[in-house]
Amino acid sequence: MSRKLVRRLLQRTLPRHCLITDPVALKPYETDGLTAIRQPPWLVALPETESQVAAVLRICREHAVPVVPRGAGTGLSGGARPVEGGVVVGLSRLNKILEVDLDNCVACLQPGVRNLAISEAVAEHGLYYAPDPSSQIACSIGGNVAENSGGVHCLKYGLTVHNVVGLKVLMMTGEVLHLGGRGQELDGYDLLALMCGSEGMLGVVTEVWVKLLPVPPVKKVLLAAFAQVSAAAAAVSEIITAGLIPAGLEMMDRLAIQAAEAYVHAGYPLDAQAILLCELDGVAQEVEADAALVERLLRDLGAIDVQIADDPQAQARLWLGRKAAFPAVGRLAPDYYCMDGTIPRYRLAEVLQQIESLSVEYKLRVANVFHAGDGNLHPLILYDADIPGELEKAEAMGGRILELCVAAGGTITGEHGVGVEKLDQMCVQFNSDELEQFERLKAAFDPAGIANPGKAIPTLTRCAEIGGMHVHNGKLPFRNLERF
Amino acid sequence: MADRDISDELQESIAQARDAGVSVAIAGSGSKEFLVHSDTETTQSRLLSVAEHTGVVAYRPAELVITARAGTPLRELAALLARANQMLPFEPPLFRGMGTLGGAIASGLAGSGRPWRGSVRDAVLGVVMINGLGQKLTFGGQVMKNVAGYDVSRLQVGAFGTLGVLLEISIRVIPKPASEMTLKLELDCLESLSKMREWARKPLPITASCYHDNMLYVRLSGAETAVLAGASETGGEIAGDLNWWDKLNDHDLPFFKEPGSLLRQMSPPAQELVNDACVLEWSGAKRWFYGDESEYHGTGTKLFGAGFAQVAVSSPAADPVRGDVQRRIKQAFDPDNVLNPELLRANEAA
Repeated sequence: MSRKLVRRLLQRTLPRHCLITDPVALKPYETDGLTAIRQPPWLVALPETESQVAAVLRICREHAVPVVPRGAGTGLSGGARPVEGGVVVGLSRLNKILEVDLDNCVACLQPGVRNLAISEAVAEHGLYYAPDPSSQIACSIGGNVAENSGGVHCLKYGLTVHNVVGLKVLMMTGEVLHLGGRGQELDGYDLLALMCGSEGMLGVVTEVWVKLLPVPPVKKVLLAAFAQVSAAAAAVSEIITAGLIPAGLEMMDRLAIQAAEAYVHAGYPLDAQAILLCELDGVAQEVEADAALVERLLRDLGAIDVQIADDPQAQARLWLGRKAAFPAVGRLAPDYYCMDGTIPRYRLAEVLQQIESLSVEYKLRVANVFHAGDGNLHPLILYDADIPGELEKAEAMGGRILELCVAAGGTITGEHGVGVEKLDQMCVQFNSDELEQFERLKAAFDPAGIANPGKAIPTLTRCAEIGGMHVHNGKLPFRNLERF
Repeated sequence: MADRDISDELQESIAQARDAGVSVAIAGSGSKEFLVHSDTETTQSRLLSVAEHTGVVAYRPAELVITARAGTPLRELAALLARANQMLPFEPPLFRGMGTLGGAIASGLAGSGRPWRGSVRDAVLGVVMINGLGQKLTFGGQVMKNVAGYDVSRLQVGAFGTLGVLLEISIRVIPKPASEMTLKLELDCLESLSKMREWARKPLPITASCYHDNMLYVRLSGAETAVLAGASETGGEIAGDLNWWDKLNDHDLPFFKEPGSLLRQMSPPAQELVNDACVLEWSGAKRWFYGDESEYHGTGTKLFGAGFAQVAVSSPAADPVRGDVQRRIKQAFDPDNVLNPELLRANEAA
């Protein structure tokens, strides 16, 4: 490939302000939300129309140039990290809500539409879009599809895959794939589900149809404090065994509680080892009945304090500490590393204990703030990147935590994706036959392998190298970030 | 419940078939044979029965997840879940009481609660399967959230075994509602559709709705007080038949036994009716009527039971790009066309 030629072709295709070539202007695109991993991009294209996207993809295809699709750049696994010699295709300027179809309760969006903007646009009709990743104010729907994003309300309302009903995909072969739309069911293979969480490796999404739900008329939030982490974990199981599906069921441990309290003064009990936040929503009678049951369960299970918030103000106060937890923990140390493993709920207490042991072993503090209802852990490993070796230590410990999750019957990523971050742990979760199946599946969409190469699925060579070292050292080494 | 693991034999059978250059026709209980029209006599495929591969591998009610072998009868699964006050969210048809879990996943047919409780694929969390190369593969898992690797598990739903023989499936289950009530309102087809759409935009505890024979049926589920409050909003009188929804899902209502070609229309729920001698489900998104398929070209209307291949690939309305992509995916999982090739071949033009 001639770099000069491709650059000239892109310059001819896109308006001047839609192609970034200046090293200073390229700087913000070196990384996504996983800022520890950087790679200077060669070129960044910021098309404003679908036909410009198609034109950029065609040039890249004809010259075998890798394409890295990018949304708002809030991803936490390095999925939008540039690839050496590749073009970053930012979709943030395709940000129009193309249609709101109130009769069918669906909306059609361009990929750059922000998650929260969807709910804002339909609020006047009493409708909303359910998935709410914590970055919802900034993250865009195209990125949500790529990562199959979750949020605090997944337990009841599902992930992105459960709320997207149609897609238009520009494939790397030049084909255009139309999937679903206003209706509810597709014949043939479920390509819509396959696209969700495919991390930009199967094609570039240019239209997204989402389901709109009626806003639940009533909400209640309960906060329960526990003197033991195990009691809080048991309460999570009891609530679900009782037949309740809370809209959200979140847990924070002592370090996270103290950090949040010092930061925003939400009124969390400082003597607690763990707190649970339980949000119930629905029709008034349902919420009343469920809240009474949850309160009784929490007290029976030894909660040392239960607070109930009925009005939006009191609810916002209870949520405040949880929502501010990440920045609050960020004040405890110069840097933190956010993990994303999922485990079966019944192993919560045990895995949290094992994480505590790792924290002692690595001499790094860990705060836990997570989606307990889904078993989706977010251990935040505190470290100081200015101390030589500390980042590597944090990464090594993070890798060990993910392996704990796999050993407990869980997975290395619940909602943040694999990206470049968890490639080595993919070798732990999948064997070579499974990884090769993934590769063949990708080739069905992208035979030239130019869509976001090097992400999400590790090569067998990489896994073999790790496997070799694994035997030699008796434990997995931390990943080599600079491998490609 | 019978507990038997024949995955090694199944793997061996596929390897042998592949070596011998013949294909296999995957079968469970046979309850949905009418959907695929696979005729082993004429296609020379070897019958591969997974009906003996049965049993629950893991079930902890507090996890809201059950993992079972593909041949496990749905009826037994439902009984086990009911003991813990739980159920399959997608209410699969049993068809003469026979259906298996593997068949429910492979066909992807969901019952009347689908718009509210999710589709079959919405509930699938993980699978163990054998691909056309005879490799035993595990995708997804037993947890609610899992984005590691491509979603190969959900890709199996509705694929009718053309990408792999399902061995084990992990499913998200839901609690049974504390109370439930079915109401009926005397309305015609058009009035019913507009009522369904009106309800869809309101926060009501509805979990099913159906128009049939000048009557609109609606099911309300949840806390008793919530169901009663919902009933005062929907109106209608209590329907006596407690098994009405099961009969609808299993096609046991007289409507489904009429002579003629039964057509199924998957449509945007608010779209105008193309035939008002119909049954409406899913808040208007699924419609049944009788007629000649060719008269409904472009409306999402297909002959029910026309078979996967006709529905997905060969029908005139099928999208050629999707057809090509599907064949390439088939190729990726089953390059030698060992698995149910009558339904879809990897290397054949539409």
